[in-house]
Amino acid sequence: MTELKLPSLDYAALAPIMIMLGTALLGVLVEAFVPRRTRHVVQLTVALLAVLAALTMVVLNADDRLVTAGQSIAVDGPTLFLQGAILVLAAMALLLIGDRTVERGGAFVAQAAVTAESADDRKQAEGRNGLTEVYPLVTFAIGGMLIFVAANDLLTMFIALEVFSLPLYLLCALARRRRLLSQEAAMKYFLLGAYASAFFLFGVALIYGFTAGVPGRSAGVDFATINAAVSESPASPVLLFAGMALLAIGLLFKAAAAPFHVWTPDVYQGAPTPVTGFMAACTKVAAFGALLRVFHVAFEGGGWDFTPVLGAVAVLTMLVGAVLAVTQTDIKRLLAYSSIANAGYLLVGVLAPSRDGLSGTMFYLVAYGFSVLAAFAVVTLVRDADGEATHLSRWAGLGRRSPFYAGLFTFILLAFAGIPLTSGFTSKFAVFGPALEGGQAWLVIAGVLTSMVLAFPYLRVVVMMWLSEPGESTPTVTVPGGLTSAALMIGVLATLALGVAPDPLLDLATGAAEFVR
Amino acid sequence: MEETVQYAEATGLLGSVWLLVAIPLVSAAVLLLLGRRADRWGHWLGVAAIGAAFVLGLASFFQLRGLENKSVELSLWDFIAVGDLRVDFGLLFDPLAAVFVMLITGVGFLIHLYAVEYMAHDGGRRRFFAYFNLFVAAMLLLVLGNNYVMLYFGWEGVGLASYLLISFWYGRPSAATAGKKAFLMNRVGDTGLAIGIFIMFATLGTTQYDEVFNGVGALTGTTVLVLGLLLLLGAAGKSGQFPLQAWLPDAMEGPTPVSALIHAATMVTAGVYLIARSNPIFSANSTLQLVVVSVGALTLLMGCIIGAAKDDIKRVLAWSTVSQIGYMFLGVGLGGGAYALAIVHLLAHGFFKANMFLGAGSVMHGMKDQVDIRRFGGLSTYMKVTWLTFMMGWLAIIGMFPFSGFFSKEPIIVAAFEREDWTAWLFGGAALLGAGLTAFYMTRLFVLTFHGPKRWTEDIEHPHESPRLMTIPLILLAVGSVGAGFLLSTSVPDWLTATAGLGGEHAEHEAVLPHAVLTTLSLVVTVLGAGLAWFLFRTGTATAPQPAGILVTAARRNLYTDAVNEAVFEKPGIFLTRALVFLDNRGIDGLVNGLAAGVGGGSGRLRRLQTGFVRSYATSILAGALLVMAAFLAVQAGWLA
Repeated sequence: MTELKLPSLDYAALAPIMIMLGTALLGVLVEAFVPRRTRHVVQLTVALLAVLAALTMVVLNADDRLVTAGQSIAVDGPTLFLQGAILVLAAMALLLIGDRTVERGGAFVAQAAVTAESADDRKQAEGRNGLTEVYPLVTFAIGGMLIFVAANDLLTMFIALEVFSLPLYLLCALARRRRLLSQEAAMKYFLLGAYASAFFLFGVALIYGFTAGVPGRSAGVDFATINAAVSESPASPVLLFAGMALLAIGLLFKAAAAPFHVWTPDVYQGAPTPVTGFMAACTKVAAFGALLRVFHVAFEGGGWDFTPVLGAVAVLTMLVGAVLAVTQTDIKRLLAYSSIANAGYLLVGVLAPSRDGLSGTMFYLVAYGFSVLAAFAVVTLVRDADGEATHLSRWAGLGRRSPFYAGLFTFILLAFAGIPLTSGFTSKFAVFGPALEGGQAWLVIAGVLTSMVLAFPYLRVVVMMWLSEPGESTPTVTVPGGLTSAALMIGVLATLALGVAPDPLLDLATGAAEFVR
Repeated sequence: MEETVQYAEATGLLGSVWLLVAIPLVSAAVLLLLGRRADRWGHWLGVAAIGAAFVLGLASFFQLRGLENKSVELSLWDFIAVGDLRVDFGLLFDPLAAVFVMLITGVGFLIHLYAVEYMAHDGGRRRFFAYFNLFVAAMLLLVLGNNYVMLYFGWEGVGLASYLLISFWYGRPSAATAGKKAFLMNRVGDTGLAIGIFIMFATLGTTQYDEVFNGVGALTGTTVLVLGLLLLLGAAGKSGQFPLQAWLPDAMEGPTPVSALIHAATMVTAGVYLIARSNPIFSANSTLQLVVVSVGALTLLMGCIIGAAKDDIKRVLAWSTVSQIGYMFLGVGLGGGAYALAIVHLLAHGFFKANMFLGAGSVMHGMKDQVDIRRFGGLSTYMKVTWLTFMMGWLAIIGMFPFSGFFSKEPIIVAAFEREDWTAWLFGGAALLGAGLTAFYMTRLFVLTFHGPKRWTEDIEHPHESPRLMTIPLILLAVGSVGAGFLLSTSVPDWLTATAGLGGEHAEHEAVLPHAVLTTLSLVVTVLGAGLAWFLFRTGTATAPQPAGILVTAARRNLYTDAVNEAVFEKPGIFLTRALVFLDNRGIDGLVNGLAAGVGGGSGRLRRLQTGFVRSYATSILAGALLVMAAFLAVQAGWLA
């Protein structure tokens, strides 16, 4: 038996991950030892401080280009950029999660175990403070995402996938209102997530088998080994391609690409809105970060033969997202389909095999994250006595009642529609441009056409808000407390800033757009 | 023709020629923005602005005279900088621009002064002066720009001001219609000019005058021809030349000072300016010159014939403007030294035509806005000043020695006879015939208005002379009509030689007839025409329309040009519009709505796949997974390569 040697760890490079995971453990301790009264403040402060600390470490590590922890973790430009993006967006999401003024006691259930729709459930919905366990759960998820975008072998990647997925399943179940819907969403997400994980894991096995078949090399699932095996000897490419397909399926599930998107509308609708925002922004970054790394690092030697297949997936995703968004009647489902369509646009960026494509995709992830969090922030504000009024008919005439928030939401919708002077325009430009240069004109054409279709549902909401008379049932917009306001304004201002002056972030993304191998 | 223009330093006053444009513009803005608050003093601000511009223009003119290189270029800022296209907001003050500045501000000032009194009883006087100032600013920009885009800028500006002023009494349907007509017909010409500028940029990469003119030699003949024809189209639109002449007589619906300044003295000569300015382009292609000459000759005859059949005093003057600008086109088309002759005629015409329009305004002022010359007669005893000043204008326009028209028009006739082939007879003959016809119809106008028996409508008992503020400009302009021609014809051509290609090489060919014979001939036809008219109309005319022969009927109907316009452009245009609306409603909207319905329907159907059952979700994921797997393996097998 060979001696087990501990791999060397670069603690500074791993610091963001360790801070988040450590804070999650700390959060569990806080749950146990801090009195209930102050728990919420402490948890929120700790989580935000941890995110800030991790972000600081990411900035300090900005020049790192290394592989550490054996071959498991790569800290390079894309890792740092995406980790930074996840942390910034997670901070915004934490602000939404921490808000207890919009909904008295917060958006989360006070007692998760009460039977839904029972008298106890109604009582818990009345105003008792919500669970504070959400904070450790969210910090665990953030930690998992940070690992996910840094993972340099498939097993680490799988573990990271589970680390951030499991807390998300739980978080989905914790909505204070409409408990059944929330629980159903969590259940579906969990079942289908487990199903998708199985595909991913099976893919890992096949890839391992492929590398083992390459003569003169040791088998392994780290990306360097896979890369070498792919470029040196296509010994048994059936294994390679089958494995690649299964890996892609696992990742595309998280990215909400068609036909693996089916969970998205139900889960986005059922989950507490702050969590939906967190998923739409951060999970997307993590999933696409992993996709980028897998295809740019591990399978780069395959000559991008798989482009047509993934291109077809991208087109299908855009089509499904755009076409289905047209007939949605619930704002959260509408945003879910918009998120699916955006996954299609992001795939266009992934399939542009150039530095610009990589940087454009990363830029898109950040820009979209800001906008979508701001959108869900507005959704949390439009309420009536029963909680959020998400049915679109209820939004009619909102512009008359609350011109300011309706104006902000209009701006965000215009950004989603890709109108110039918003980040929606610059980010689409950033992914379509390289794709066109990379010879993927058909993807760009599909992207532009579906954008046109998608503009319809967005503008329909705008028209409803501004051109309809407010009815009896038009809810009022709750004037938000500081936390939600902060998140909303950050999102809106970032959407505007990245639309007017995208260069600084684009330069940053371009500077970071190189993987280590 | 490679010529490098040497520019002098823009020092002293010449550095501030931009004020020429800025002063009237600011005044216009003040008058428009202050609204009714400026009603009491607004007109004086308008007059003062033009007066200041005139003083500045005069001073700049004298400073320019003292310079060795008589061209000053002033680049103010980058106007447009997109890709390869760079357009300066730049001004060029050279001899050609200088004479135009003098004309616009000088005559403009007198007409502004006149309008203070003429518009005194009109509630919209402040608005009138605002538009009037706007016009002057745009017109000055037009002549001062140092590239075609600046020219176009001013060109559109004067078009706008012209539209606003023709429709100044927008309550009258005829005025509103006339404004629209002018605007639309100008649009046809403007489009030609715009495309011409695009061609310049496409082939030469610049719109700066000097760079364009240096580059013309490198262009193919066809390009130059197309470019020149497009510029000519623009010029014809603005100057009321064939085939775009129909708007100008209708434009008389505007107040009389507008007719005098815009539709006689300045704006309508912009086309002549454009061709004179672009002389290197027009001189580069003889076909082009032939077209210009033909347009000029045809229009000058048309104007004379129609003018002879009209009874509205302002319309007769308008058609005479069309005809006189025809002379100018003839001049600029002849090329060489005749460019300068055309400019001289333009300046002289600016004086005597403004004089006569203001005189007509004075008559209308005294006759309760009557415009029908059959209803005048015998006014010479009642309106002495108007009569005498109008007489100066009349003698000037018919080219009687020693009035200005003689010195400015007769050289053009001579120059037309100097062409080298048989066309000398054609165009020279047309010009000569035109001189006789001009004498005829202008004498008819003069005699019917001021002499013969009174044929007034019953409500007029004692027509009065206009107040001092109106007669003083008349007198000053009359002095110009008398003396200007001689002064201009000797000094201006020399002065204009400093502008590249204008003047200089005069008379390359001998005229087909000796100079003295031609001069005598033109005087003879003038006297004949005038005498005939005097003889026919000395006893007045019937006050109702008389049956007439084919020619007169045709002339009364503008030689059927309106009917042609209607049949060739308006009817097909309306049909095209209807067809397009139909196509849009049925075809394009149908397609768009159909597509939208298709998407909506597809969406509704696809929605049913989203059942909410996790088992069916799992199934669809599995199906998708199988497809993706199959596709990947197909890629591996090379089927999708």
